[in-house]
Amino acid sequence: MIDNGTHNVVRLVDVVKVFRMGQQEVRALKGINLAIRSGEYLSIMGPSGSGKSTLFNMIGALDKPTSGRVFIDEVDVSQLDAYELAWLRCRKIGYIFQTFNLIQVMTAMENVTLPMIFAGMSRDEYVEKGMELLQLVGLAERYQHKPPELSGGQQQRVAIARALANDPAIILADEPTGNLDLATGEEIIGLLKRLSAERGVTIISATHDIKMLNVSDRVVWIRDGMVDRIEDREELKITVGEVG
Amino acid sequence: MKPAVERQVVLPWTQVVRISFNALRARLFRSLITTATLVLAGAFVAYTFAGYAILNGLWPHAPAELKEKILSSGYESFAGSFGSTPKDRWLIALSLLVCTVGIVNAQLMAVTERFREIGTLKCLGALDSFVIKLFVLEAAYQGLLGGALGSLLGVMVSTGTLFIKFGTGVLRHWPVGHLAWIVCWNTGLAMVLSFTGVLYPAWVAARMEPALALRTEQ
Repeated sequence: MIDNGTHNVVRLVDVVKVFRMGQQEVRALKGINLAIRSGEYLSIMGPSGSGKSTLFNMIGALDKPTSGRVFIDEVDVSQLDAYELAWLRCRKIGYIFQTFNLIQVMTAMENVTLPMIFAGMSRDEYVEKGMELLQLVGLAERYQHKPPELSGGQQQRVAIARALANDPAIILADEPTGNLDLATGEEIIGLLKRLSAERGVTIISATHDIKMLNVSDRVVWIRDGMVDRIEDREELKITVGEVG
Repeated sequence: MKPAVERQVVLPWTQVVRISFNALRARLFRSLITTATLVLAGAFVAYTFAGYAILNGLWPHAPAELKEKILSSGYESFAGSFGSTPKDRWLIALSLLVCTVGIVNAQLMAVTERFREIGTLKCLGALDSFVIKLFVLEAAYQGLLGGALGSLLGVMVSTGTLFIKFGTGVLRHWPVGHLAWIVCWNTGLAMVLSFTGVLYPAWVAARMEPALALRTEQ
């Protein structure tokens, strides 16, 4: 395996997704080609309804494309059976959602350890690692709290800890700051950036939060189900500068 | 070289039992409503059969006037023993049918309420079989609890009404063994009903694509 940190962790080839709503056909994605390099912090920007979330689901192997191919670590996702898909979702990818999606009836600790239980870890291992992860996101003393007893920012931090549980190569974040206030949102972005720098995790984030631009290595602009343009950080500064 | 993608392990039953038990405990009130359906159906079945069992226990020891009283209050004896009439069996079959439909309804609601949770579980690496096991186990606990409570309730009500009608002889010749047997098979029956009722909802839940489950508004 090439491990110089520059191979493609995710590659999309001519990905098309059509939703059927009664008589109507909605083409959410109209042929997306995209290669995401290992270790980069990539933001997918675009207005709502542009196909961002659909693209997110494709990258995360949460939905099947109507046509085209999705490769994760150069493995064609459509060729995987249910067991392999579950393994991929469990070990390779960590998911973070706009609505946090913590299991409401479980404590922070139970939420964080769940992916490790699914991965078949022993109790001692997952309890220890769960505590470490909660410490990492600064919520160690709240491990016994359930999501309704935590603030939005705290819930999202638990979700980040959960996403890191099995040391995934990719963290997929769908509007991670969408339900948070400005300061908390910045905190979460900072945490993601730190993770990407310290652990070399590839972070892919669908967003329309401009704050995300400053920390991204690359930004993919989606418009109307197609890749509008891809910008590197250097070019970005100029664009942001112009806007500002 | 290790293959890029391996196969997800199947979670051992002990873990599934633990997770499903905690899930049920956390949603106690919601699940008690489903359980109530089973309690009522179970109580009705147990009431009917316990009544005949108690009369059978009492009959050989009953003085002539009590026998007279039992027969005149509408119980029919077939060759000196009491048993369910076709009408009883019809009522029981109907009540069980209504109960099962009620459970399917309640469990479909429960699945809908938990769409997002199921989607999240699948994102975290849950297999379809885990989702099915989760729902089936929760249903089994509900069946066990509902069946046991319903059976005891039925036996108690049956004993109480017969005691009022026919006096202390009912208690003196209370057929413990026979009644215990009724409680046992009736609890088993409730578990079977609960299991039957949850199969379709569990299947619906397990087959969902995670993306679809996550899209639903909470």
